[in-house]
Amino acid sequence: MPRQHVTTEVNGEPQDFLCEPQETLLDVLRDELHLTGTKEGCSSGDCGACSIMVDGRLVCACLMFGVEAQGKTIETIEGMAEGDKLHPLQTKFLEEAALQCGFCTPGFLVAAKALLERNSDPTETEVRYWLAGNLCRCTGYDKIVRAVMDVAAETRET
Amino acid sequence: MKNETQEFKWVGKRPIRPDGVDKVTGRAKFGADMHLPGMLIGRVLRSPHAHARIRSIDTTKAASLPGVKAVVTGSDFPPPPPPVWQAAGEVPVNFRDLARNVMARDKALYDGHAVAAVAATSAAIAEEAIDLIEVDYEVLPHVIDVKAAMKPDAPLLHDDLFTDGVSPKPDKPSNIAKRMEFAVGDIEAGFSKADVVIEREFTTKPVHQGYIEPHACVVDSSEDGRLFIHCSSQGQFMVRQFCARVLDVEISKVTVVPAEIGGGFGGKTTVYLEPTAGLLSRITGRPVKMVMSRTEVFRASGPTSGGATKIKIGATKDGTITAAQATLAYQAGAFPGSPIGPGCMCAFAPYNIQNVNVVGHDVVVNRPKVAAYRAPGAPISEFGVECVIDEIAEKLSIDPIALREKNAARQGTKAYYGPTFGPIGFVETLEAAKQHPHYSAPLGENQGRGVASGFWFNIGGDSSASVHINEDGTATVIEGNPDIGGSRASLAQMAAEVLGIDYDKIRITVADTSSVGYNFLTGGSRVTFASGKAVIEAANGAISELCARAAKLWEIDADAVEWVDGEARPAGDNAGDFEPMPLSTIAGASGKTGGPISGHASLNVKGAGPGFGTHICDVEVDQETGRVSVIRYTAVQDVGRAIHPGYVEGQLQGGVAQGVGWALNEEYIYDKDGRLDNPGFLDYRVPVASDLPMIDTVLVEVPNPNHPYGVRGVGEVPIIPPMAAVANAISDALGVRLKDLPMSPPKVLASLSNGGSRTPS
Ligand code: FES
Ligand code: FES
Repeated sequence: MPRQHVTTEVNGEPQDFLCEPQETLLDVLRDELHLTGTKEGCSSGDCGACSIMVDGRLVCACLMFGVEAQGKTIETIEGMAEGDKLHPLQTKFLEEAALQCGFCTPGFLVAAKALLERNSDPTETEVRYWLAGNLCRCTGYDKIVRAVMDVAAETRET
Repeated sequence: MKNETQEFKWVGKRPIRPDGVDKVTGRAKFGADMHLPGMLIGRVLRSPHAHARIRSIDTTKAASLPGVKAVVTGSDFPPPPPPVWQAAGEVPVNFRDLARNVMARDKALYDGHAVAAVAATSAAIAEEAIDLIEVDYEVLPHVIDVKAAMKPDAPLLHDDLFTDGVSPKPDKPSNIAKRMEFAVGDIEAGFSKADVVIEREFTTKPVHQGYIEPHACVVDSSEDGRLFIHCSSQGQFMVRQFCARVLDVEISKVTVVPAEIGGGFGGKTTVYLEPTAGLLSRITGRPVKMVMSRTEVFRASGPTSGGATKIKIGATKDGTITAAQATLAYQAGAFPGSPIGPGCMCAFAPYNIQNVNVVGHDVVVNRPKVAAYRAPGAPISEFGVECVIDEIAEKLSIDPIALREKNAARQGTKAYYGPTFGPIGFVETLEAAKQHPHYSAPLGENQGRGVASGFWFNIGGDSSASVHINEDGTATVIEGNPDIGGSRASLAQMAAEVLGIDYDKIRITVADTSSVGYNFLTGGSRVTFASGKAVIEAANGAISELCARAAKLWEIDADAVEWVDGEARPAGDNAGDFEPMPLSTIAGASGKTGGPISGHASLNVKGAGPGFGTHICDVEVDQETGRVSVIRYTAVQDVGRAIHPGYVEGQLQGGVAQGVGWALNEEYIYDKDGRLDNPGFLDYRVPVASDLPMIDTVLVEVPNPNHPYGVRGVGEVPIIPPMAAVANAISDALGVRLKDLPMSPPKVLASLSNGGSRTPS
């Protein structure tokens, strides 16, 4: 089958690409656009390492076809910092050692940002359930959950 | 409890890790993030059978598919090297078996065993080609269960495997690769002195390390036979050696560039894809990238052993343990080499017991060859021991922490496996646990509390590092251990402390195999200890040179200069004669005083400090569904000294989470044909954020005298206590003692319907 031409916006810039109809959006991001910050841990929607935003909704890039991105707005971890200014979640993850190997981190950051955009005052339980689709095998989640709650608290204060 | 006698500027602080920004922005390059021009994609064909003879493999159709550049099978590899055992990872390896695990030769030994591989211009073509390879299998009887594999009539995996460690040598081959025994005192006399003797049998399931990053590599072979390997592993020097042996090339021709590693926990202390990618690249003359799918990770890599253990402990009325006996059988997977050795050594090591007997068996079964997993072997044996200790405490109406304290190993205790302990902090962890508010907090209905302890010996080993002083007064540290959880930070902190300059002025690099001296892999909880020592020694070498240069500028003797707070000061007779000279001044003048200033160290580091931990766990059991929830958890551990407490706490918390998964959910499920039924994160359920509470940590610091800052390894101990802590908590809640992992809802429900009363003894 011929490669399909797809037009999107990625991290604020217009972006078009060619892809095979069966290619996932994750494959396109990583292999065609070389945006390798989005990770593949399972390709079955079970680990959240591939979390991205599509038209403002949190999705697993491994569960979407590249062609489905036609006309859509995509945000990945590479677009999270503004210039050299890290997003408060990025800063807090570093300050509170909320990552060990860092492989799950892009997915957690994207998912946590999505949470805080819809709920600025989540309880610990809400944070834990929102992030239950993101696996981390290193941290036991403690420092991740704390970092997210601390960012929420600080953002509310300012 | 903290050692506050010394004040440090960087040690014990929580600076931002040097690789932090790369890891929160997506910039960090992990194993699968490398792209090379002209790169091909490799895929592996894996056996669908648990045990089968490979009669023939027909690759013609696959090879003629357009876009396919190479197809290889076992016969394309060099003949496997001789089966000589060596300490190469956390568990011993022999390269004959490693080569046969990388690619099956005459037999496929487990569901998932690699039998052929292809390289093609796209992943889709490679996958299509894999389906076109025709393998003629003769399916053989298989064996999955460790006890079944030990029976005399069990299907044999290897007809040349004779049990090692029994004399005379058996005249028939078997699946028992090895028998080992540790004994001190008189075990029968010990039991005869006891007022209470408890003997129980336990089983544990194989569990996967579960790193979120699947195995991945890109290998590029040059026309003159060099191999450039970019991959995610726990040791670039391990990958270099293993690939050189399997592909029969000289070590100097192999360069391994360490990618960032997305978790390993022992599971990346060996190779699976790299030799195959190397062979495919050699044949095609193009770089070849290979990445495992999650299904392949489950079917073909890791896990740790499942085990069957029998534990017998006797104690007098006052709680003194008089004898302890263990019989252990560990699954090795398809090739010999389970972590039975550490399992035997660690079982009773937290306790000072006069009469001990431990017998271990290493048993092959038709499952993937096990790999190291955090404190390999220890959680399996210590699980049973810590449960029996709890039962003895209950029987004697002694507080379980008090019983442990009464029998605890201390400085001077001679462990039954050999060494006499130096300063250790086991008793301190017990004290801290007892004092912790968690231990006396009230419990609600259907809730219970359990405690358990754990021991891991920790290791040192070979480490090299360099410290280069840059002309502007900053420093570059070169080391050779993949950073799996913040070790760049801890090593840079120690370098800053020694040099007396700001942490921000230090850049640390994990170098490839051609750019730094040999380093043993990241494992055994050795990096901050052993490689830390190498960094400290390299920094001290640079300081000697800095002092010599200052002396030259001042025109005094080099030994009349001392290094204080990042500057050279005249000492002795010359004290006060010159203004102190900061590092940046000496560095700027280095061109005039003798050239570049560096320090190097290549060490074999001994004197690892053993690690002990004590955990408190509260559970709540849903009597209707049998679901056990961990509702509060506290992990106490002697960490020697926490260089970066944030990452030390993280080790404890992560180990606990893995241990809770091992206790409650995780297991490999095989069907009757020996095929893995749950090779994915949906059905092999690792704990998610909503399964766990916050995990409190208490860092006890009893410094290791064999390290300048007192470091002991911390990464392994925390996975040991959770299984028993959870089991003991369930017993406290329900009055039933569960002995088979995982303690999943069906087992909990079954035990409830069987009475739910205190276990009869
Ligand atoms: S890779 Fe998409 S959820 Fe795991
Ligand atoms: S930090 Fe390693 S998986 Fe989360």
